[in-house]
Amino acid sequence: MGLLEWLNDQLLRMQWLSDLVRVLVERVFGLDMATRVGASLHFFIYDVIKIFILLSVLVFGISWVQSYFPPERTRRLLGGMQGFKANLSGALLGTLTPFCSCSSIPLFIGFTSSGLPLAVTFSFLISSPLVDMASLILLASVFNWTIAIAYVLIGIVLAVIGGTLIGYARMERYIEPFVLHSPVLDLPQEQLHTADRLKYAAGQVAEIFGRVWIYVLIGVGVGAAIHNWIPASLIGALLGEEHWWSVPLATLIAVPIYADIFGTLPIAEALVAKGVGLGTALAFMMSVTALSLPSLIMLKKVIRTPLLSLFVGIVLLGIIIIGYLFNSFAPLLT
Amino acid sequence: MQVKILGSGCRKCVALADNTRAALDHLGQDAEIVKVTDVAQIAAHGVMSTPALVIDGKVVSTGKVLAASEIEALLRH
Repeated sequence: MGLLEWLNDQLLRMQWLSDLVRVLVERVFGLDMATRVGASLHFFIYDVIKIFILLSVLVFGISWVQSYFPPERTRRLLGGMQGFKANLSGALLGTLTPFCSCSSIPLFIGFTSSGLPLAVTFSFLISSPLVDMASLILLASVFNWTIAIAYVLIGIVLAVIGGTLIGYARMERYIEPFVLHSPVLDLPQEQLHTADRLKYAAGQVAEIFGRVWIYVLIGVGVGAAIHNWIPASLIGALLGEEHWWSVPLATLIAVPIYADIFGTLPIAEALVAKGVGLGTALAFMMSVTALSLPSLIMLKKVIRTPLLSLFVGIVLLGIIIIGYLFNSFAPLLT
Repeated sequence: MQVKILGSGCRKCVALADNTRAALDHLGQDAEIVKVTDVAQIAAHGVMSTPALVIDGKVVSTGKVLAASEIEALLRH
């Protein structure tokens, strides 16, 4: 086995952890891995620990990078660009910035009031919850690198196209007036030292861990249930690849759900293991992370219904198309 | 003196409010702390990352939980 493959198995997929948990389940709990209880217990313990480790390492790394791109700087960078380049940069910067849709509203206001075009702001808003370093590494860990890279690329494409289309719709009149009249504040940027960045990154890990651990437990719990308790035939009947409506159904079910990729991925993983199409599972995941009821309610405070509907419509349609694409090309990716 | 904490009620905003209270107590100043949670009002200050600290109408910090000692330094100005 090549070194790269070994690193991939041990660091990313954490084969050592899987083996360790197997010993725990078999020797300490005295459960057979072939039984449902044994298998679900293994899935649960292994996945929770793996995600917690990845979450801590990834959030630390991303926050480190993020400390170089405070919103004020992102806004200045984007302000100096135009057209496709601006949309692409918006989408790319969106992958670096916040983890939580709760912080996207102040960003939306700050970007819009400074005169950034809606197209660029929405490219940023679409990519921000959908794609980041965490999704790349997690997908590589759960599936493989081809799928992970394809997901990130396609997420950025969705953000660029979605933002561009929203720009063409000329819906500036549906932005709440107070947004446009907000002052543009440019605090002098303080010089951060390595110690500050370390402190910031560690603080982000603590904060995000505190916020998402419960979603991870729930997500892995649902994943374990799907994995071992719900009959494959039932899941197949609902979300099986042979049904043309499996992708839109998975996308729509996911809209009201509020979680991030750390909690959603175990569910997607279990669905794929049960024979659900890769595209269907990814569509579910994208829809959970990109759209949620709390973030839509917040967006409603700053934009009016026509613009909000257009945003939701474009994102939903994009996710559904991506779902079909992944389902069609899945054999090439796995 | 008037001190405002901007933020939509997240954990960090509470921490910033607590630290501000501690800083005021330590300096023996008796200022009122106003918590601003409304999006429109936060936006009216031009703030993009919360929590933010506003002293006498001026935004002095955004996007982080300052330690009590850092807030004291800002209050003395």
